[in-house]
Amino acid sequence: MRKVLLSGCEASAEGALAAGCRFYAGYPITPQNRFPEYMSERMPEEGGVFIQAESEISAINMVYGAAAAGMRAMTSSASPGISLKQEGISYLAGAELPAVIVNMNRAGPGLGDVTPSQSDYFQSTRGGGHGDYRTIVLAPWSVQEIYEFTYKAFDLADKYRTPVIVHSDGVTAQIMESVDLHLHRKRLPEKKWALTGCRERLPNSVRSLALTPGVLETHNWALAGKYRKISLRETRHSKYMCDDANLLVVSFGTCARICHDAILMARAAGIKAGLFRPVTLWPFPYEELAKLAGKAKKIFVVEMNMGQMIDDVKIAVKNNIRIFFYGRPGGGVPSSEEIFREIKKI
Amino acid sequence: MKTIYKRPLSLTSNTTIFCPGCGHGIVQRVVAEVIDELGIREKTVGVAPVGCSVLSYDYFNLDCSESAHGRAPAVATGIKRSLPGRIVFTYQGDGDLAAIGTAEIVHAAARSENITVVFVNNAVYGMTKGQLAPTSLIGQKTTTTKRGRTAEANGYPIRVCELLAALEGSIYLERTTIGSVPEIIRTKRAIKKAFTCQMEGKGFSLVEVLANCPTNWKMTVPESFRWINEVMTVTFPPGVYKDKTAFDTESEKKEGTPGK
Ligand SMILES: Cc1ncc(C[n+]2csc(CCOP(=O)(O)OP(=O)(O)O)c2C)c(N)n1
Repeated sequence: MRKVLLSGCEASAEGALAAGCRFYAGYPITPQNRFPEYMSERMPEEGGVFIQAESEISAINMVYGAAAAGMRAMTSSASPGISLKQEGISYLAGAELPAVIVNMNRAGPGLGDVTPSQSDYFQSTRGGGHGDYRTIVLAPWSVQEIYEFTYKAFDLADKYRTPVIVHSDGVTAQIMESVDLHLHRKRLPEKKWALTGCRERLPNSVRSLALTPGVLETHNWALAGKYRKISLRETRHSKYMCDDANLLVVSFGTCARICHDAILMARAAGIKAGLFRPVTLWPFPYEELAKLAGKAKKIFVVEMNMGQMIDDVKIAVKNNIRIFFYGRPGGGVPSSEEIFREIKKI
Repeated sequence: MKTIYKRPLSLTSNTTIFCPGCGHGIVQRVVAEVIDELGIREKTVGVAPVGCSVLSYDYFNLDCSESAHGRAPAVATGIKRSLPGRIVFTYQGDGDLAAIGTAEIVHAAARSENITVVFVNNAVYGMTKGQLAPTSLIGQKTTTTKRGRTAEANGYPIRVCELLAALEGSIYLERTTIGSVPEIIRTKRAIKKAFTCQMEGKGFSLVEVLANCPTNWKMTVPESFRWINEVMTVTFPPGVYKDKTAFDTESEKKEGTPGK
């Protein structure tokens, strides 16, 4: 066991390196500047490629090229930069290229603020760019988890040949916690489809264009099938003190961690509250939430935004239960006391 | 019987979507002949962005990637840095390279990415049917400049070779045309030199080829060739704009002066 004190950016980078990622392209943006800085040191040490690109658009397209060449490749950014990457993410999804994109959410819209936020939930979970597609979205709540989830993201990306988003925020990006660096990928999956030069085989191509009538529809149905398979196999959630809860707090990432402490306060005050935390934001754990919601009387959604995940909660529980919401858009981070106060009002 | 003309191995037998008389077919054939002659087909990866040549992966008999509009130099950078031993080229139109992809091409050159760019300048947006391009000439009629391009309304055409020549990272830059057989032969020589530059690890190379688009220029094919030779070359003079391929060391490269 190797415990080290790392920031979320650094831990995510270490998770990527442990997973065999040897290509990083990025562009500076707060609150994830530590990411490219750290990678600029660590990638060369591991014999990998680090490029500070001229823009986020270029960075994601470099990742597209590296992924096409068979590399485990990644980029990181924060919200405005992720908006620019959406074109590239759509192309990755269309061409079925594996890649990992870390989004350290900051508050928008527009230039907004550099403070932490969860306001890119819609963008991450609804595809983000143009066209019919989904990305797998993992939401860590600690520095240890961002290390493990980034590692896991590469396996998922390769397994399903799809872009995977690690959806974090400015809190987890910047806080420092002790991390157990226990992961190490020794063998990487073979990629027969990669563009490596057509030696002793027919040429490969990477493409998302399909001009022949019907071909794109067939391709998109195949993508839909893949997304269905991912939903069945890869949906993850965590729950805390849910068994006897009549108030189910639903929250993800950093905000869920704050809610966890608020629930301990509520329990101490005799309120039977529990926490349901989606770990994959897409696929969303609809069924698991629906099952628990059947037992609880009320649901309380807490997010660091105006209320985005609440839409998925409503899909899950189909309006049979009263849903309350507390949100802090614009870069506000609630305290656990603040959430406890809100719990008491319900 | 002696074969004197056949399809290069680096081209497939697929039918192209190019219009009759389109210059892309000539340029792609020249690229394929060069790849054959250099014996690099099995270690070459091509990148074709959006534009009339987006289907290049169906035409080149080698590994190819499509790219988003303008992003080919970034995609090529990703491939080349991942597989430094492979030969990586982009095949881009003028709208692609000199408008939406200006940042990508300038920075690939500035980094002196060891890739080769085949830049097909037909002074028009071909695939979207003839709008103003960044390289359209003053006075040129397009579907978005019905009365002709004016400097007041549309600005001036961008001369890519001249622009990139200012960057230390550009190692080989040449502008050629396909306006006549000798010019096509010169184009082939330039493209070969550009690929050789990459094979020798020297850095960024680009060949700008002035090519015809009879459909969108609304000309017959012979008229379109005459237009390249008599009109386009006035704004875009052919020639070598940079040649630092003879220099081996970094300091030599720095002191080198453009070959033109
Ligand atoms: C982001 C984006 N914007 C616009 C287009 C539409 N589009 C397709 S090809 C093209 C122009 C291509 O012109 P050029 O690069 O000069 O190549 P040509 O077709 O003339 O060979 C445009 C604008 C697109 N596909 N993607």
